[in-house]
Amino acid sequence: MDDFNQNSLKTTACAIRRLIIESIYKAQTGHAGPSLSLVEVLTALYFRHLKLRPSDPDDPTRDRLILSKGHAAPVLYATLAQAGFFPVEWLDSLRKLGSPLQGHPNVGLVPGIEASTGSLGQGISISLGLAIGLRRRQLPSRVYCIVGDGELQEGQNWEAMMATAAFKVNNLTVIVDRNGLQNDGATETIMPLGDLSAKVESFGWNTVEINGHDFNQIDQALSAVKINDRPTMIIAHTIKGKGISFMEGIVKWHHHPISSEEYQHAMAELE
Amino acid sequence: MNKLKATRDAYGDALLELGALRDDILVLDADLSRSTRTEWFRECYPDRFINVGIAEQNLVGMAAGLAMAGFIPFATTYAIFVGRAYDQIRQAVAFGQANVKIVATHAGLAASHDGGSHQGNEDLALMRVLPGMTILSPADYHEAKQAVFAAASHPGPVYLRLQKEPVPIVTAPAQPFQIGRAQILRHGRDVALIATGSLLCQALEAAAKLANEGIESEVINVSTIKPLDVTTISGAIERCGCGVIIEEHSCIGGLYEAVAGAISARIPCRLASIGMADQFGSTGDWQELQAKFGLSSQTIAEIARQLVGVSNPPISG
Repeated sequence: MDDFNQNSLKTTACAIRRLIIESIYKAQTGHAGPSLSLVEVLTALYFRHLKLRPSDPDDPTRDRLILSKGHAAPVLYATLAQAGFFPVEWLDSLRKLGSPLQGHPNVGLVPGIEASTGSLGQGISISLGLAIGLRRRQLPSRVYCIVGDGELQEGQNWEAMMATAAFKVNNLTVIVDRNGLQNDGATETIMPLGDLSAKVESFGWNTVEINGHDFNQIDQALSAVKINDRPTMIIAHTIKGKGISFMEGIVKWHHHPISSEEYQHAMAELE
Repeated sequence: MNKLKATRDAYGDALLELGALRDDILVLDADLSRSTRTEWFRECYPDRFINVGIAEQNLVGMAAGLAMAGFIPFATTYAIFVGRAYDQIRQAVAFGQANVKIVATHAGLAASHDGGSHQGNEDLALMRVLPGMTILSPADYHEAKQAVFAAASHPGPVYLRLQKEPVPIVTAPAQPFQIGRAQILRHGRDVALIATGSLLCQALEAAAKLANEGIESEVINVSTIKPLDVTTISGAIERCGCGVIIEEHSCIGGLYEAVAGAISARIPCRLASIGMADQFGSTGDWQELQAKFGLSSQTIAEIARQLVGVSNPPISG
């Protein structure tokens, strides 16, 4: 990817971070940390790789993205708004009474939201069914599913991973937000994943490990999945709370209200 | 009695017919296809059948995804294993309003010799509390077959409850099956016998016994548990002043509580429940278990007599 494209994505990513902080600050509730870790991945997907038209969100030939870690809804909402799926002003209503933007994504209310998620562990199964269905319909669409590393503690993921390999589904890509933290602490302390790549490859997947904040690496990985004949898991090593100095790597920012002072600091860092 | 046939066989046969009519029907099973009869569909339409392995959560999740791609997936397992994927049914199917058909065979005590661990007497309760879930509980082969077709045509989540063991055919094949419509199978003025699924035939037997004693029962077949046909059910109970609610399911959370909840504010009446008491099942023949746990025409008749006998209780001081 050339510098021009990379700089353009960086500018978009910064705008999305501002929208995340602003919406969570206005709501006084929401998951900042697990949203910020995904900004580059979602920016690269929505502004470079997904075949989507915000003006026609139900186009049957579109690519699909399922955010299995639904608590990161703020980053998905901010990205969709930034991409033009709905007015940016909607973000001011995040989590409030009457808002289409519930704390976790739900289908039918928000253009661009493909599935109701947030009860962790379900996204890969849904994506797998969807990928098989789209292929049966002979549509060119690809399905991307984003899961958290803590989320992989849910057993259903492993049922779905085995099935994806067994059914030879190659239009499904799973991206793991490997930020190493979960609600109660460090993922590797609470329930070590061990060698995730080796585990998943042994089922018959391709895996690739990248820096999930490096647009070049994200871009290369997302380009490669389109020509692979096996399902791919992209393990994106990220920093929870990325981009806001006082949130980076701090467990409490999994879900915590942002004070007025913190809001000012955060927005100043994003200028 | 009439010819005996199992409702799971009706499912197998209906899927074959549906498969021939529509190419958007997909059948999923969690490695029980011989018992659930989806094997018959697999043999005819192998490219439209998916064995997800012993993985009910993935079964339901995949079905939701397939529905999102415009297919009508029939996700099949035993009633007891439905609870295993309850959160998936709640989140991906009901909350997600996915056009998924969940089919559960071996409901009630029917997994008899497998023992209490395998007897699903809680599934109706689990499904009833889900907003937007349509729940079908056909009584015999004919009705079950029609219910499969009705489920396929109905947009949105459907739970279809089926039996393992053969039961008498008590409905007329020509009788049209309509989701949300209960049927009056016998008219009477003394007691309403409101039954669903495998115990409808027992209710009819009880009604015949009671008629010999001069007690006329109105027998209602409730083959849709949700949405409940409150008009037909409350009409019967109102005419009789009392009713026995009969189901091969826990007395908690099933048809009894559905009926009681729907009519208690409308009409004064006395209701009794025939179902599994608040306990787990056990091992034995299906009929032996039904007798052991009081799910028989004898018990129905006995409870009906008691209800009728105390229709004018003395006012106690």
